[in-house]
Amino acid sequence: MLQIVCIKQVPDTETRVKVAPDGRSLEPAGVTWILNPYDEFAVEGALQLKEKLGAGEVVVISLGAAGVATTLRSALAMGADRAIHLKTDAVALDSLAVARSLAAAIRPLSPGLIWLGKTAVDDDSASVGPMLATLLGLPCATAISKFELDGAVARVEREIEGGSERVELPTPCVVTTDKGLNQPRYASLKGIMAAKKKPIDEPIAEPGQPGLEVLALELPPPRAAGRIVGEGAGAVPELLRVLRDEAKVI
Amino acid sequence: MAILVFIEQREGRIRPIAHEALGAAVRLAGTLGGPVVGVCCAASDPGLAALGEAGADRVLLASHEAFANYDGAGFTAAIAAAVAAVSPALVLVPASALGKDLAPRIAALTNTGLAADCVALEAEGGRLVATRAVYAGKARLKVTFRATPAIASLRPKMFAPPPRATGKSAAVEPLAFTWDAAIPRARVTGHAAAAGGKLDVTEAEIVVSGGRGLKGPEHFALVEALADALGASVGASRAVVDAGWRPHGDQVGQTGKTVAPKLYVAVGISGAIQHLAGMSSSKCIVAINKDPDAPIFKVADYGIVGDLFEVVPALTTALRQTS
Repeated sequence: MLQIVCIKQVPDTETRVKVAPDGRSLEPAGVTWILNPYDEFAVEGALQLKEKLGAGEVVVISLGAAGVATTLRSALAMGADRAIHLKTDAVALDSLAVARSLAAAIRPLSPGLIWLGKTAVDDDSASVGPMLATLLGLPCATAISKFELDGAVARVEREIEGGSERVELPTPCVVTTDKGLNQPRYASLKGIMAAKKKPIDEPIAEPGQPGLEVLALELPPPRAAGRIVGEGAGAVPELLRVLRDEAKVI
Repeated sequence: MAILVFIEQREGRIRPIAHEALGAAVRLAGTLGGPVVGVCCAASDPGLAALGEAGADRVLLASHEAFANYDGAGFTAAIAAAVAAVSPALVLVPASALGKDLAPRIAALTNTGLAADCVALEAEGGRLVATRAVYAGKARLKVTFRATPAIASLRPKMFAPPPRATGKSAAVEPLAFTWDAAIPRARVTGHAAAAGGKLDVTEAEIVVSGGRGLKGPEHFALVEALADALGASVGASRAVVDAGWRPHGDQVGQTGKTVAPKLYVAVGISGAIQHLAGMSSSKCIVAINKDPDAPIFKVADYGIVGDLFEVVPALTTALRQTS
């Protein structure tokens, strides 16, 4: 079975966000780029399934400019077989434009499973997975924390408010992965060496017109300075007083 | 033009979050004009007429036995039928576990833009401007829509429910749509409730979170007791989730959940930037930490510097005595 994993290069979660001079995008200077943490669970999920089945191919795909290749290499180093770099220099592509690009590239490959992280920690839209599924006419389960393939049926679990939901979906299908699904492996030295020789195709992306127009990227208003109400357990009565009388939250 | 609001129900009950989306719709209808129309996918009417009191002019009911549970493909087809019937300027969906799955499907099917997980939505100079928290709240992205209908999912706890229009009733109308059995679909086969039956941290009015300062998973009992005394849900920092002390569903921060409760109490959490990102839009933040230089105190409204093993039990006891 062919499995596709859609991955994204994102700023490291420790990044301090600065706004670029255009007022609409992230200032890229000084940013360390990493594989989106939720996508690591997707790559790991596909690799584990391939190992279990003892057959098939895992293809990672990512959309973006030249720099994205390093993130594709890190997924190859984890064990993916080959990569597709959907090339575009377009910035401010929204989720729909990304999903359209991925759908156009993936459709001819007829994969059995498509994996994505549940959200990218930069844009936080959590939208590309279900959009891609809809464009491809495939069933989809989002934010899964358990996965099992039983013949042609995927059995998954996903968290909902106050509990979890068990879902069954026939393959081919799309799943997006949450933390807790698995423990992503580290690339071995051998894996890193092997990744250098694995092929990366470079087709041109076809994103079409985005549905959104970005007006501005802004830093959130700073919180008003707070105060230390006291030290140790002796400060408890004062804390309760301010929570009741000033903040009025209890 | 109309505003279409997805009314989320679970097990035949309208979820409270539906009122937040109606609140946003009622306010925007003041500027955009047009009726506020609800659309609900359910096995049977969960009492939709009562949404008149929450500002719905009418509600379309897409009923099908498969809608006893979430059916992504079926719900999307029903909402698309509602969009065709009402021609709304805007479709609002709560950014709940269900809504985060559904809203992108609607956008893909209608080929329009989705502003996901919005923290604000305004009509400015004849266009809709959505504000989204990005980089887990470290920045805000303002976007507008290139096509109609605009689709927005709304982050829980960011939009106030509408003023109650006592006695007003919404007309409930059946929605014609096609439930296509031939579509391959994901099917919900069962549910499990989380231990304790507490509200999810994203929905709770008060959240008490614990971090590495607790020194071990067994000491989370202190956090749970405080949460109990406050009627709060329990959250956790990434460090303690990664250490296996707490389930990942409890994690607050950039690789966990973003929360905006009325009161957030951080216990033994130093305040790594990725944690701050997930909770700094809380209305009131309290930090209890022994290190006066911990970054958490920079975002806290009120702090106590001290040993949490003394402060937290004292706080719990004081709350129990006064309540």
